[in-house]
Amino acid sequence: MSKLNDKIAKLFPQATEAANGIIEIEIADAQWHQAAQTLRDDEDIKMDYLVTIVGMDWTDALGCVYYLMSTKYNQIVAVTVKTSDREKPMLHSVADLWGVGCLYEREVYDFFGIIFIGNPDMRRLFLSIDWKGFPLRKDYDDDPALNPVSTENERQSDFTDTYIELPDGTVEKKEVEVFHPGDFVVNIGPQHPATHGVLRFRTAVDGETIKKIDVYMGYIHRGVEKLCESLTYPQTLHYMDRLDYFSAHNYHHGLCMVIEKAAGIEISRRAQVIRVMMDELSRIASHCLFIGTYCMDLGATTMLFYTLRVREQILDIMEKTCGARMTFNYDCIGGVMQDLAPDFVDDVKALLAVLPANIKEYNKIFTGNVIAKNRMEGVGVLSREDAISYAITGPSGRASDWACDMRKLRPYSIYSELDFEEVTATEGDSMARFKVRLREMEESAKILSQLVDNIPDGEYCVKVPKVLKLPVGHWFELVEGCRGAFGVYLESDGSTKPYRLKIAPPCLPLAGVVDHITRGSKIADLITIGGSLDYIVPDMDR
Amino acid sequence: MEVTTKSMPYEAFKDNEYIEKLVEELKASGTNVIVGTLDKLINWGRSNSLWPLTFATSCCGIEFVSLGAARFDMARFGWEVARASPRQADFMMVAGTIVNRMVPVFRRLYDQLAEPKYVIACGSCAISGGPFRRSYHVAKGIEDIVPVDVFVPGCPPRPEAMIYGIMQLSRKIKVEKFFGGVNRQEKQRQFLAEHPVEGVED
Repeated sequence: MSKLNDKIAKLFPQATEAANGIIEIEIADAQWHQAAQTLRDDEDIKMDYLVTIVGMDWTDALGCVYYLMSTKYNQIVAVTVKTSDREKPMLHSVADLWGVGCLYEREVYDFFGIIFIGNPDMRRLFLSIDWKGFPLRKDYDDDPALNPVSTENERQSDFTDTYIELPDGTVEKKEVEVFHPGDFVVNIGPQHPATHGVLRFRTAVDGETIKKIDVYMGYIHRGVEKLCESLTYPQTLHYMDRLDYFSAHNYHHGLCMVIEKAAGIEISRRAQVIRVMMDELSRIASHCLFIGTYCMDLGATTMLFYTLRVREQILDIMEKTCGARMTFNYDCIGGVMQDLAPDFVDDVKALLAVLPANIKEYNKIFTGNVIAKNRMEGVGVLSREDAISYAITGPSGRASDWACDMRKLRPYSIYSELDFEEVTATEGDSMARFKVRLREMEESAKILSQLVDNIPDGEYCVKVPKVLKLPVGHWFELVEGCRGAFGVYLESDGSTKPYRLKIAPPCLPLAGVVDHITRGSKIADLITIGGSLDYIVPDMDR
Repeated sequence: MEVTTKSMPYEAFKDNEYIEKLVEELKASGTNVIVGTLDKLINWGRSNSLWPLTFATSCCGIEFVSLGAARFDMARFGWEVARASPRQADFMMVAGTIVNRMVPVFRRLYDQLAEPKYVIACGSCAISGGPFRRSYHVAKGIEDIVPVDVFVPGCPPRPEAMIYGIMQLSRKIKVEKFFGGVNRQEKQRQFLAEHPVEGVED
């Protein structure tokens, strides 16, 4: 580890280390691409995983904070790149270095209007091409008259822009066609039962073979990040329920953790245990629903009824404690909202008693089925390098043999004390992604069984000031959601409201990899592959 | 006249004044015995086999999935035939937030539903924009986009609330005038006149 620190200190003398072990570097835009290449390729640094790009508007400058992580040395580096030009801000693209870079840069362009020189596809991501203004800039005019709700069809374009730097330093705009001329393009979605929400694929096909997929998002873009900027810290929490509604507890946990770290609040052991138990219960419930809907996509409708039986049992446990079936709003700053229901322990034990038999049943009905095997094995293979490059975390990444579980890599809460295995597979196909989730349910059950008899006494929520002000600074935390690493970046200017709250969801890269993973597959496999990635559209759109 | 559905007692429904008003309207319009009896027969059939369109954008959609599964089992009431194509569906359960980009798509789906068609606004996002009302990219309620028959509040509504909502719709259908009424597509024409689609000639 120190070797990496020394190397970075040698290459970038301006680097500093933040409190949570993240190395922070500010690099000028002119050197950025070269520096990024060094950070990625140097044997002693190997920052091969681009966690997220946080677009920022510091009012005097626009820019990005790149969070890079080394899978080899398990170290995070945050690189800040700024530009003071507000009229036509430009930065150099890193889309050629990390597969997920293109998508992340499009997101930053959509929200802040920063153009990335060298990005092959500089279109807006969530908003329509006629949208006026860049919503996350501080001087954005949100007058509804500028961007009215219209029932008229959105203007579409078959062209995208790319900006190329000429040898003399000037930047030239070039128009490129998204598909090749003569391509046969089929539209799938946004209203399609197999896209798991309102996601749209423009699919170029040759016969039944997929040539290219252009993913269209934004059909459920609700502007959560902007909304959070006008709310106090406790108020921002409830939006976490509505991103990935299956990982509601995990996402709450992530944001609470960031705010608690920033405010210096120490939470009680009892609250920690309750949070972890709720996280693992959500994971089981989430994977149950995944198995049900995925099998339904593949034509096995009955499975949904079997898996939802367990999910309903978990929802009952949560309902007794949290008072809701889906949007719990249970974790709060300082602990949890209310104490556990009196029969929580008995209910969890009852669940743990029936779970193994249920998992066995799922395997018996579906996993060994010859039709299922034929449709899933060898379909949508994702290699380990590509999984890292495209930032595919969670069970989908682990199915490609990338041990990316944040509970193990950056243990938070009480996870370091718990005995559980990180489930990985080497095949990287749809079957592996399916099986990893099944086995993860067993591991979650293992965690629950370790904790269920050991819930310590104590207060469930510590005293937190009614009006919570955070010191000036920024924080970044990663937690393991049900679908992958969920990152929260928080910047505070010392007031009661966040200056910038960036949510780095696991589902955005999952949708970004669809094009790469489906090339050359048959169009029927798109459903298999999309289902096995298990993305949640409101999570990627936010 | 006590309008009820699925052997539910009349008193179990909370907002009966609304249905009574509809009954009065129906009585006032008057119709002959044969047409009236045929109306009743057709409405009995229509109100008992409501086919929903599978349309969900976010959290409420997952509760709609739960509604279809064994515990809440909407098949008990004849609503389980969820259609992926709007051409075959009777009503649309708008489960989730409708954002600016989705509005034209949503409106087209509504236009594609075969008459007589109904809309249930399910959850606070569909009713008013809910927690996202102040966002720059969210439609503030779907009532400005399509006519709504039943509102089901909640965030998300429990499956029981959804069952109640669909039962209200089925009661509403029972007191409709079919011949010379809803089969004439007057509702749509009236709505289209009030809310013209820009750039589309009728």
